[in-house]
Amino acid sequence: MSSHDIPEENLPDAQDTPHGTVKLADERNPFADPGLPPHEHRIQDIDERAAKRSERTVALLFTLSMLATVGFIASYVTIPVDKSVYIFPLGHIGALNFALGMTLGVALFAIGAGAVHWARTLMSDQELTDERHPVEASPETKAQVMDDFRQGAKESALGRRKLIRNTMFGALALFPLSGVVLLRDLGPLPGTKLRHTLWSKGKLLVNMNTNEPMRPSDIIVGSLTFAKPEGLEEHDHEFQTQIAKAALMLVRIKPDDIKDKRQLEWSHEGIVAYSKICTHVGCPISLYEQQTHHALCPCHQSTFDLSDGARVIFGPAGHALPQLRIGVNDEGYLEALGDFDEPVGPAFWERG
Amino acid sequence: MSTTTTPESRSRGKAPAGERVADWADGRLGIYSLAKANMRKIFPDHPSFMLGEICLYSFLIIILTGVYLTLFFHPSMNEVEYHGSYVPMQGQLMSEAYKSTLDISFDVRGGLLIRQIHHWAALVFLAGMFIHMMRVFFTGAFRKPREINWLFGFLLFVLGMFTGFTGYSLPDDLLSGTGIRFMEGAILSVPIVGTYISFFLFGGEFPGDDFVARFFSIHVLLLPGIMLGLVVAHLILVFYHKHTQFAGPGKTNKNVVGMPLLPVYMAKAGGFFFLVFGVLAAVAAIATINPIWAIGPYRPDMVSTGAQPDWYMGFSEGLIRVMPGWEINFWGHTLVLGVFIPLLIFPLVLVAIAVYPFIESWVTGDKREHHILDRPRNVPTRTAFGVAWITLYFVLLVGGGNDLWATHFHLSINAITWFVRIAFFVAPVLAFIVTKRICLGLQRRDKDKVLHGRESGIIKRLPHGEFIEVHEPLSQEQLHTLTAHEQYQPAEIGPAVDENGVRRKVSATEKLRAKLSKGYYGDDGQIPKPTVEEYKEITSGHGHH
Repeated sequence: MSSHDIPEENLPDAQDTPHGTVKLADERNPFADPGLPPHEHRIQDIDERAAKRSERTVALLFTLSMLATVGFIASYVTIPVDKSVYIFPLGHIGALNFALGMTLGVALFAIGAGAVHWARTLMSDQELTDERHPVEASPETKAQVMDDFRQGAKESALGRRKLIRNTMFGALALFPLSGVVLLRDLGPLPGTKLRHTLWSKGKLLVNMNTNEPMRPSDIIVGSLTFAKPEGLEEHDHEFQTQIAKAALMLVRIKPDDIKDKRQLEWSHEGIVAYSKICTHVGCPISLYEQQTHHALCPCHQSTFDLSDGARVIFGPAGHALPQLRIGVNDEGYLEALGDFDEPVGPAFWERG
Repeated sequence: MSTTTTPESRSRGKAPAGERVADWADGRLGIYSLAKANMRKIFPDHPSFMLGEICLYSFLIIILTGVYLTLFFHPSMNEVEYHGSYVPMQGQLMSEAYKSTLDISFDVRGGLLIRQIHHWAALVFLAGMFIHMMRVFFTGAFRKPREINWLFGFLLFVLGMFTGFTGYSLPDDLLSGTGIRFMEGAILSVPIVGTYISFFLFGGEFPGDDFVARFFSIHVLLLPGIMLGLVVAHLILVFYHKHTQFAGPGKTNKNVVGMPLLPVYMAKAGGFFFLVFGVLAAVAAIATINPIWAIGPYRPDMVSTGAQPDWYMGFSEGLIRVMPGWEINFWGHTLVLGVFIPLLIFPLVLVAIAVYPFIESWVTGDKREHHILDRPRNVPTRTAFGVAWITLYFVLLVGGGNDLWATHFHLSINAITWFVRIAFFVAPVLAFIVTKRICLGLQRRDKDKVLHGRESGIIKRLPHGEFIEVHEPLSQEQLHTLTAHEQYQPAEIGPAVDENGVRRKVSATEKLRAKLSKGYYGDDGQIPKPTVEEYKEITSGHGHH
């Protein structure tokens, strides 16, 4: 078929052109800004019945809000604070919290919905235009300001009387130091506090749960036991600060499974005592995998091999958990044979 | 009626009461001049412009509910034994802070509701700021003259993070205490001064007796005070600069098109405050947030699994979790890189997005004011950078929740950690490349639409059997909107020799700038928008191109 048989507009070449004619406001520049489109009326603008309907909707929402506020007060007065109620699908929940929250929510939401509906349907929706003005000042204004400034600077003689200027800068620079100095008493100096814990030679290992001293037979293979030094009681003023360093975890591992020589020496019948405080940022380590002897910190997943000197095998911790050397005293109770030989918990600049 | 006879006072006597009050105020405050400039101020309309409002309103709600909570909360770490109405905690030792939070939750009527609105509003506030910031970023609303307001907003986001952190630490429960311990460990890692800062902050060793009281004044006074000032400054600048608008018919860089403040925006924005408040109240009625009674009081030797900060702190948690545990010991000191490096990257991640506007304005060298928003596709490099940044942020969020990802999706926690370590470097690059390609593709599509019209979906069969798709031409409004954006030309390095033929020194920064500019606006950086000539050639009917 030759191209003579079909109208030219249907030729493939012509197919890329948009069909139909474009109405252009500006024939020379089809991309020119045609200006704001004409305002289109909403139904409320032309039909008074629709407008009345909108008005009733808004009024209804505001009325609903009033009722909800009454409901809020009524709930507050009538529902006991400890009453629980079953609400599908939330389950058993506090009745008062639910009632107060829902009534307050409806009271507020209805005001908002009413106001927005009012604005959208009844207030004018004619778009208006504001002119913008450049933020920058005109050159004249700028010149005037610069003149004023020079005049003021000259009158102050700040540039000429250098003695005044320099001593003023000195005074202004120094006085904030008072504020810095005042912060000194926020806390004591660290000293060697981070290096020592409550553990010392002869202190018994007290079970955290039973508050009793422990015999080696109390620790069974595969269990994880938490201990604190004897004499540290929950009611003590310093309890939180001391337990933050002294918390201990005990596991029993078959002596043959212990790979680290020093660890074996510091243990007793395969019972090893490690600091419970993670060497990463100080979370208490509390997950223990008895088959692999791995201890895992639940905060940042540092994993320590308790059968190999508690070295780090995964995660962000930087060094092994400190081990506490333990033995048994004459009465057969587990006791510490000294303090940790290195600081427990997160590393710090002076740790070394 | 007084006996004065001046005509002025008589006319004032007839004025309605409202006007007389306004006159009184005007004589002292000059309110008429203020109202003249602002009462009918025009605000443009776009759904994304509501994001900032959500932030403002949730901020107000946080202040309102927060003031209520201070009436009942005791910021004290004195250990007390619990004998309140929550049975499972009977006889437990806890700090007064924790006990008073239990009392607010179980004994004060409506206390739990206000506590939960406070916490939910804080989460919405931070999420709102994040999305609002992204809206401003991707539309280029940060360009001159709004760079300072961008920084104000950024500061609000950062301060909001720390206000949130100090806030959820106040109840002294097991979870928040764990977060404080993490913070202490991070501070200890700072070389030379870390130990001292920690001792000063906690009044001695961790946890001590002081931090709740100190965090309380930081949380209710210091940070909110600064934030309130910044919010006011932010709003004043929004008013002063007038709001940005998207390109469209009748909308230019020199005008602002929309509805007047009185009455439309007064009603819409005022109503929106109540909508936000209402939704937050309903959420607080049905969704528990931070159930400290189920978590228990803080003990430094106890912890629960699945410990997570609030979401906005999650990316810092990710940094600390995936970092290898590097420690360098030398001369009796320890450099705790495994913690200190994340502590340094944490602000850098935030600063990267904060300084971007200044980098872009340096590359473009554009000193003009910009009030017309960009469509993200029309600035591919910026959009790609933003998406790369968000990608980094979300990779770190995955890292921060690696335990939850592992338990919920039955994955190996080690594998997730390694994924995050690699993705931290790779994912942003990939996101950058992919986003840029998508933007360029969309630009090509826009160009196609302008030149060839909209695909109508109508298939026509021609007499000779060929099928064609009918394209509908765009209206002039659409043509204008799609071609209104400006396109920069890449900056050239000036001639290597000056007019005397002497070799000029081309500084390294100048070369860098030219290179960046080429990346932004060179052949690979943007698709040249259709020109009037191209359009006319195609639509002239001869269309042989």
